[in-house]
Amino acid sequence: MSKILKVNNLKKIYHDKDGEVVALSDISFDVNEKEIIAIVGPSGCGKSTLLSILMNLEKPSSGTFSFKKDTSIGYMLQNDCLFPWKTILENCLVGLEVEKKLTNDSKNYVINLLKTYGLEDFMYKYPSSLSGGMRQRCALIRTLALKPDILLLDEATSALDYQSRLKVSEDIYNIIKNEEKSAIMVTHDISQAISIADRVIVLSNRPAIIKKIYNIKLTNKSTPLNNRKTKEFIKYHDMIWSDLDGK
Amino acid sequence: MVSNEHKEYLKKLKRQKIIICICRLLIIFSFIIIWQILANAKIVNTFLFSSPNRIINTLISLIKDNNLFKHVYITLYEVILSLILGISISFLVSTIFWRFEIISKIMDPYITILNSLPKVALGPLIIIWIGTSSNSIVFMALLISIFITIINIYNGFISVDKSYVTLMKSFNASKWQIFWKVILPSNYKTILSSLKIAISMDLIGCIMGELLVSKKGLGYLIMYGTQVFNIDLVISSIFLLGIMSYLMYYIITIIEKKLTR
Repeated sequence: MSKILKVNNLKKIYHDKDGEVVALSDISFDVNEKEIIAIVGPSGCGKSTLLSILMNLEKPSSGTFSFKKDTSIGYMLQNDCLFPWKTILENCLVGLEVEKKLTNDSKNYVINLLKTYGLEDFMYKYPSSLSGGMRQRCALIRTLALKPDILLLDEATSALDYQSRLKVSEDIYNIIKNEEKSAIMVTHDISQAISIADRVIVLSNRPAIIKKIYNIKLTNKSTPLNNRKTKEFIKYHDMIWSDLDGK
Repeated sequence: MVSNEHKEYLKKLKRQKIIICICRLLIIFSFIIIWQILANAKIVNTFLFSSPNRIINTLISLIKDNNLFKHVYITLYEVILSLILGISISFLVSTIFWRFEIISKIMDPYITILNSLPKVALGPLIIIWIGTSSNSIVFMALLISIFITIINIYNGFISVDKSYVTLMKSFNASKWQIFWKVILPSNYKTILSSLKIAISMDLIGCIMGELLVSKKGLGYLIMYGTQVFNIDLVISSIFLLGIMSYLMYYIITIIEKKLTR
């Protein structure tokens, strides 16, 4: 399987008046094409920093990373960031507008995505009329509009209530699989990580290093909701839990 | 379709609105009537405190002499000119501050000092430098309104939710794209409320300028009226000023409602 991303010895040090904080240390991993990677770790350990670096929003202090040639990257944040003054359709077109890729074709592509993922009736409504789950789905379509090869999801469902979180996780999983994307999802939700990802990377406390990488092998692997019912699920959950607990 | 409870609720809302309106009118009319009664009964000295009918007569004679509109017009002209100039300059400066953070850091103490300095202290200097025309009055109003407007708009610009900016950066947006697509639309309300504050500041500036130096305008009428002890003229001018500032404020409120449905 070819690699879409290679990360080598990434290190990130933050400086402030009081001194320096090592956020990430010696982070190395690969992502295969069409693979979903989940990154879990204690809060504040630098999970989001890692995605910011991969997104080129921050520079690493040392180390390198490289995406496969011509890979386009989609990014999704915890906050759905829908502009309240734009309609759902307009919101979904923001990325295309900014990157000057808005054509009739790309617009139709977005409209089709909205139809496929159940937001057709809300296209010309404003974000305030959507539920949290729908808003996050709309944010996902805005990211997909740019046809990314790999999605970086930064706690994309953490702001949602439990039920919406399960539903949106299901949606995200289906979309990634249907559209044959790769994904790196940062989450603090161990169950979500195990039920969606092919591999789970566990980070340690600051300075974050990779503590373990789990290849998630579930019998009868299907949708995230059903995956939660498999007997291996509990086993993985316990192992990751104790990794995070520091035992 | 509509339930009885909802009808009742709407009725209640309407009733409340009417009561508020009636009470407002009641306050102003009873004030005027009591004032007139006290004046007629010679309890208040109309030479010092004037009276509603003397004010009306003054206004009528001002209209007859073709003076009223001249003075109102000149003050209005000065206020609107300083408002437009002030808001444009403030917008430009805030944008530059937002774009180049280092400039805003360098300028910060100067803006703070200039904002808190009592600008009336500069009045005599402005007259010496610019002269006694409308220009110096507009300049004075600008000095009073501009710094607080810059501070308000700039603060609005930098307090936009960081995640919106991160999102735009993830689309490789340029600084100007971020400005036009996120910073500006998030701040329509801030700009409008700054406009409201600027109106009152510009009015203060213009009247202060006219009190110091002018041959026309409502501030001049007040100054002239005081010098010749024509209290009717002074209070009439203040009355006109009140109406003028209310109308300007009202227009901004309507624009605000239109823009922020």
